[in-house]
Amino acid sequence: MSLWKRSVNVRVGLLYLLPSIVLFGLFVFYPMAKTIYLSFFLTNQNGVPVYFNGIENYTYIFTSDEFRNSMKATLLFVIYTVPISVVLALVLAILANEKLRGVGIYRTIFSSTMGMSVAASAVIWLFLFHPSVGAFNNVLKAINLPTVQWLLDPDWALLSISMTTIWMNIGFNFLVILGGLQNIDESLYESATIDGAGYFAKLRKITLPLLSPTLFFIVTISLINAFQSFGQIDILTKGGPIQSTNLVVYSIYKEAFINYQFGTASAQAIVLFFVVLIVTILQFKFGERKVHYQ
Amino acid sequence: MQRVRLENIKKSYDKQSEVLSDISVEVEPGEFFVLVGPSGCGKSTMLRIIAGLEEITSGTLIFGDAVVNDIHPSKRGITMVFQNYALYPHMTVEENIGFGLQVKKLKKQVRKEKVEEVATMLGLSDYLKRKPRQLSGGQRQRVALARSIVNEQPICLMDEPLSNLDAKLRAHMRSELRRLQKKLGFTMIYVTHDQVEAMTMGDRMMILDKGHVQQIGTPMDIYNYPENTFVATFIGSPPMNLKQVDIQKETCTIQLSSNVVISINKPIANKLPSSVIFGIRPEHVMQPAEGSVVYKAPIVNVALLGNETLISIDLDGEEWICKWGGQWNYKIGQLLEFSINEEEVCMFNTKTEKIIQKGIIA
Repeated sequence: MSLWKRSVNVRVGLLYLLPSIVLFGLFVFYPMAKTIYLSFFLTNQNGVPVYFNGIENYTYIFTSDEFRNSMKATLLFVIYTVPISVVLALVLAILANEKLRGVGIYRTIFSSTMGMSVAASAVIWLFLFHPSVGAFNNVLKAINLPTVQWLLDPDWALLSISMTTIWMNIGFNFLVILGGLQNIDESLYESATIDGAGYFAKLRKITLPLLSPTLFFIVTISLINAFQSFGQIDILTKGGPIQSTNLVVYSIYKEAFINYQFGTASAQAIVLFFVVLIVTILQFKFGERKVHYQ
Repeated sequence: MQRVRLENIKKSYDKQSEVLSDISVEVEPGEFFVLVGPSGCGKSTMLRIIAGLEEITSGTLIFGDAVVNDIHPSKRGITMVFQNYALYPHMTVEENIGFGLQVKKLKKQVRKEKVEEVATMLGLSDYLKRKPRQLSGGQRQRVALARSIVNEQPICLMDEPLSNLDAKLRAHMRSELRRLQKKLGFTMIYVTHDQVEAMTMGDRMMILDKGHVQQIGTPMDIYNYPENTFVATFIGSPPMNLKQVDIQKETCTIQLSSNVVISINKPIANKLPSSVIFGIRPEHVMQPAEGSVVYKAPIVNVALLGNETLISIDLDGEEWICKWGGQWNYKIGQLLEFSINEEEVCMFNTKTEKIIQKGIIA
């Protein structure tokens, strides 16, 4: 049989895969390869590589205070946002999973931030954070507490951004966790009730173990998302004040599209890629041990 | 062992339609009591009410001498086996069986001994470290059973526990469950939709339909003296043959079809209303014995089962089934000669469908 005939299955298979190969190739694989390529070059203002720079871009960013500061801010941001948004969403989902009248309204409210774009949510928070007319400072004033420069104080800005992000992420986390909760067979709880297990015993011995695959998924996704946050920073603080909210992706953006340093921006992107990869691998290695797949 | 008494129990979810209406029954201590009925008849709801998983709309539930309407399920002294077994998928067999004991804060050593004892009794000793997903259906069923009996409660509730097993295993588990219940002596309330299970396992059974009690009694009582046409057709396989007929009071006959006319004696004919539902079980439409009256009807189907034969005959549009022992190779369209065991004929009221007469004598 000729090669043409023997390969008919492969060719048909490739034909089915063609749309995704084209799309992924164009928007994922090509930019990735190009980024790796660019990270070894110096570029002109149009992003055209003009000078092969070896690993100089990497040595430069690793020695620069700015990048180190940006990595530190990113790690803090991840630590502030991921645990709180997962735990909060879990608590809300457990509450909303109770069979109560009107619980559907709460489910809608709790998951509503999922339907909101990053830009829209950031603008809402921009008003809330406003130093003079913002709701937060008005509340503080009303109870005779000193007002806070939410987005202008370097000590507060990262916390403010984290609050916004937690709020934005809760909708998605809530919905996925609620789905996980509803997948748990009701008769398990009934059986435990007959055995005499109380509310918290059931939560600890049945709900959490059976929810662990869902929680693992949510934590993984939240970690990756946190490392890649951009929109809310661009709208609320633009990386400031004094670099305090200059998270890595925003730093990459500034380097590439404001400073026109595509080489060092690409090097930062590659470093971020490896950081996310390592964190995810570590999570799978250590976190998955506590996951009970059914 | 404990007595379970239901007094005028009603259950309604929407305050309009009743899922259970006015159920009163007493289950004796140590009795194997079966609740049977078609799906949606309310039997599982009744079991869940006894367990305390559903609230009672009105009526009284009594265990022993105590009213338990508002007692928490864990304080009622019951255990329950669910249809899907409700095993905790993330726990080993040992942890599953010991869960109730652990919740009750028993010492680890005592717990271990009890779990091992029950596991040995049910042949699960080799599987204690496995997870439920690594077990076969029959083994899971045993774990559910073990989890229930390890708690040593006086009342055990089971909701269709055998319905997920294959036919052979089911037959085996039926006798095993029954043996276990007699050995340990707990009061068993057992829900099933399978009338064979009900007949073979129960000391007594209760037949439910649309939330109403149809009949309560021993399996043989219910089989031999069905109180209404629902019970007559629900219990027994194939079901009882029924046909609405007119009583010819002048001639003292019943015309089942154009060429099947049965004579009855005068006192009975006079007692009966002009129209009744005539019922007879398939095994009582017999091959004619010497001296018996012979009737004839065309055969519409023959099902050979090896040890017995189900012959369907046509009685002017009504199809009846006769169950004869042995193998009978009749052709479809042939006329079947048969006789009717008159002592076993049941007459039901056409409106209420309740039984009015058992047995006729020509």
